[in-house]
Amino acid sequence: MSESATAAAGAAALIKPKTSKDDRIMVGFILVICLYLLITLAFPLYAMLSKSFSTYAFDLTNFEFQVNTGDGWSETFSAAAQNDKVKKFKPEDLVTSSDGRLAPTELFPDFSFRSPTLYKLRQVRGDTSYLFKTDRVDDTDWHEYSSNDFRRIVLRASADTGLDNFRTYFSTPALFRSIENSLFISILSTIITVSLAFGFAYAINRSTMRFKGLFKLIAMIPILVPSLLPGIALVYLFGNQGMIKGMLMGESIYGPIGIVIGSVFFTFPHALIIITTALAISDGRLYEAATALRASRWRTFWTVTIPGARYGLISAAFVVFNLVITDFGLPKVIGGQYNMLAVDIYKQVIGQQNFEMGAVVSVVLLIPALMAFGIDRYVQKKQVAQLSARSVPYVPKPHKPFDRICLGYCSLIAIFIVGLIAVCQYAALIKFWPYNLSLSLDNYNFKVMDGGGWDSYTNSIQLGLFTALAGTIIVFIGAYMVEKTNGFFATRSAFQFLAMMPMAIPGMVLGLAYIFFFNNPDNPLNPIYGTLAILVICSVTHFYTVSHLTAVTALKQMDREFESVAASLKQPFHKLLSKVTVPVCLPSILDISIYLFVNAMTTVSAVIFLYSPDTTLASVAVLNMDDAGDVAPAAAMGMMIFYTNVAARLIHQFVSRKLVRRTQAWRGT
Amino acid sequence: MIKKVFKKSTLIASITALSMATFGNSALAVDLTVYTAVEAEDLARYAETFNKDHPDINIKWVRDSTGIVTAKLLAEKNNPQADVIWGLAGTSLLLMKSEGMLEPYAPKGVKKLDRKFVDQSAVPSWTGMDAWVAAVCYNTVEAAKHNLEPPKAWSDLLKPMYKGHLIMPNPNSSGTGFLDVSSWLQMFGKKQGGWDYMDRLHKNIARYTHSGSKPCKLAAAGEIPIGISFAFRGARSKAKGAPIDIIVPAEGVGWEMEASGIIAGTDNLEAAKTLMDWSISRTAMEMYNTAYAVVGMPGVAKPVKYFPPTLLKKMITNDFEWAANNRKTILAEWLKRYDSKSDAK
Repeated sequence: MSESATAAAGAAALIKPKTSKDDRIMVGFILVICLYLLITLAFPLYAMLSKSFSTYAFDLTNFEFQVNTGDGWSETFSAAAQNDKVKKFKPEDLVTSSDGRLAPTELFPDFSFRSPTLYKLRQVRGDTSYLFKTDRVDDTDWHEYSSNDFRRIVLRASADTGLDNFRTYFSTPALFRSIENSLFISILSTIITVSLAFGFAYAINRSTMRFKGLFKLIAMIPILVPSLLPGIALVYLFGNQGMIKGMLMGESIYGPIGIVIGSVFFTFPHALIIITTALAISDGRLYEAATALRASRWRTFWTVTIPGARYGLISAAFVVFNLVITDFGLPKVIGGQYNMLAVDIYKQVIGQQNFEMGAVVSVVLLIPALMAFGIDRYVQKKQVAQLSARSVPYVPKPHKPFDRICLGYCSLIAIFIVGLIAVCQYAALIKFWPYNLSLSLDNYNFKVMDGGGWDSYTNSIQLGLFTALAGTIIVFIGAYMVEKTNGFFATRSAFQFLAMMPMAIPGMVLGLAYIFFFNNPDNPLNPIYGTLAILVICSVTHFYTVSHLTAVTALKQMDREFESVAASLKQPFHKLLSKVTVPVCLPSILDISIYLFVNAMTTVSAVIFLYSPDTTLASVAVLNMDDAGDVAPAAAMGMMIFYTNVAARLIHQFVSRKLVRRTQAWRGT
Repeated sequence: MIKKVFKKSTLIASITALSMATFGNSALAVDLTVYTAVEAEDLARYAETFNKDHPDINIKWVRDSTGIVTAKLLAEKNNPQADVIWGLAGTSLLLMKSEGMLEPYAPKGVKKLDRKFVDQSAVPSWTGMDAWVAAVCYNTVEAAKHNLEPPKAWSDLLKPMYKGHLIMPNPNSSGTGFLDVSSWLQMFGKKQGGWDYMDRLHKNIARYTHSGSKPCKLAAAGEIPIGISFAFRGARSKAKGAPIDIIVPAEGVGWEMEASGIIAGTDNLEAAKTLMDWSISRTAMEMYNTAYAVVGMPGVAKPVKYFPPTLLKKMITNDFEWAANNRKTILAEWLKRYDSKSDAK
């Protein structure tokens, strides 16, 4: 037994592939990109997690008193001892945040500012402070106060670590109710979006209706605008001065209704892409069999179509769920009083400067997002190939009434999408809604508004270009190395794991984590804080996963024999990479860069905490202008983002076509 | 396209270099990083007026809303990026002071300021510029549609006819919201009366906004008939042609000041002091007065168009120390009473 084991081990050692110099260089690259992901993803998240455990509490043992009621100074006693005596504060009352204040007079039930009593106060340790008439005292000396002065003293909290923040969170209904709200909105939006997108994809794939190309184009529009733009359109449509507010029958658009409609709008294309792919790979022979067995259309639908598309549907559902639960712009604009997790993070950090509680909400928001991501991964693993070599693509046959229904259905959705965008453009051109409906370009005079003016627009374009450039290079090299290296299994799977992570991290959480990590003066990377570089890094990391998957898919299409041939011809990998791999993968590389550009232009959540006055962004300007009540200019800026993305798309298409003609000629016709 | 962007930035850089060389002060010029929450439309004017007297100090504005600037300053506590704060809520400056972030300095002419506008420490850590007064924006057109009568006092807003027609900022995210809440507590009773008032007011509120200027802008746009906001915003909207009246409730109105201070540890202390001196000069006060009806130096302010004349008289004696020390407790209580309830609506 043991002998054969040794023999087997010997055999294994023999067939273990040798690693070449190339392989080692390539692993070097992997490690560099691993390091990049660690620094831009893992470390910041760790910094955020530790922030959520950083608590503040009043340490009463640190403050000591002496009292003189006219007959000399009393013995020294600590605030803690005094508290035990008068039983004023329970331990949970002493938990607070960094701006917590505690008046020591509360510990003296018979305190009166008119009494002649004198008080002395000192701090045992020098790491805390108290305030006297707003002046900070942080030494360890005794200070004497009259009773009238003593009432103007407040103690400050000292830092600690523990679970107190989480305890506070879960004992504040106004905060934890957001979990319920977020889940409710996300699940409802997911059901609606996936059903609508399925119908649309079904019509496109399974009917012979006209205008398919146009419908596909229109359906992609929401990807090109910030998620809060539909919110603005909805205000103009259904707000109190809305054009068609009667349709809501007295319900308010500010709240769940608005969030759900807006969410359906901005997640629709994401769901559609996934479901269309799932429907496109169905096997025509199954439908032939169904027809031969005289199954009704209805029965065929439930027994062939749905099962065939089920993995696509599940995947679409999780993607939509994640997008909705992590979105921040839309609930901010139209959520009214309806609290959602992503907005809570913003409120805690910006409204109350309570970074610790912001970190706690972030951790809470991570959980559903990570769960959705995990389940999706698990389900995807179970998927088996639908298409075999013998599959026949399904070709829809004309069926007039069905085609007509499809055309009607798709038109309705197209009207919904185009309608919301058109309303935004109209709103941007109106002088003063609803009192002065004349058209003007006043709302484009961004200089006099919040948000950074036209600079933010040029900044956004720069951000988009740099993100596209840097991101494409990093992502493609990473994907290439991980896909084409031999051996080093552990390193490669670690990298794969890191590359999948960003998908599950809400932008808001990533942005907040960046503050904690990069704004630390001890961090050698601190200088990039507040520059365009940190925005580029954040955007590349935030959108890493989808880009990575696109690159990997493209690379998988290339036979590994290329590497073998190159190796046997003694050609270094970089030559193969530049002469063969990159040209062959060029369409996907261009797809990655346009994906990164468009997303960098529209993202709000990831960059809201990171932009600086020199790097204000168009998408953030939309949010800030809306927040300040300049809704029409916000719509105007949103539309500028839209047109820029359309232009980028057109350029992308033009360049792709030209390059593809040059580099893809080998594909033949 | 990338090239073009690069080219453009090179162009801007060379123009800047050229213009600096022409004015011949590039060697002397000091860059001051100034954090501010002053309205975007006023910034250029402020810098221009300042540069008339001090052309050798170059102001680099860092502007955002009060909450964001405060959060930014606190986040940078151990590694400050700013030299000076010029135009941020007094409450925020108190917070900075408690963190030991301000450099005490008595600017020249500080005695001429109203006492309320100066930090009362031996050497003041901050000085005030102007006041930012709460008011009610009342859309006459929309109110007529709903047959509303213009309210005269805070207590009027409790009348059932205003139900669903009122909007105010959420104190947990807006400085203006907190100013309203803290003034009601000071006027109607810190322990009970103020909260009773808000309990009843809450029944009439349609929703709470994140920002303090939004209620007035929403009222101006007719989205809601009545917005509880501040007078400055109302005057601006009215100037733009919105059909609104600015109402100063009879009981008195809360206010907050815009204030300035030097960030401790700045490398440009001399320039920072120069700016602080100038920020409370008569010229500066007159400059603030073009937009704000109440400024820190008595006797300077002239009436500002669209501002109600009674505003100054109705300003309450605001206890900023009390408000700052109790901010945390007040906000937590507000959250408990109104934010968790609001879902049921």
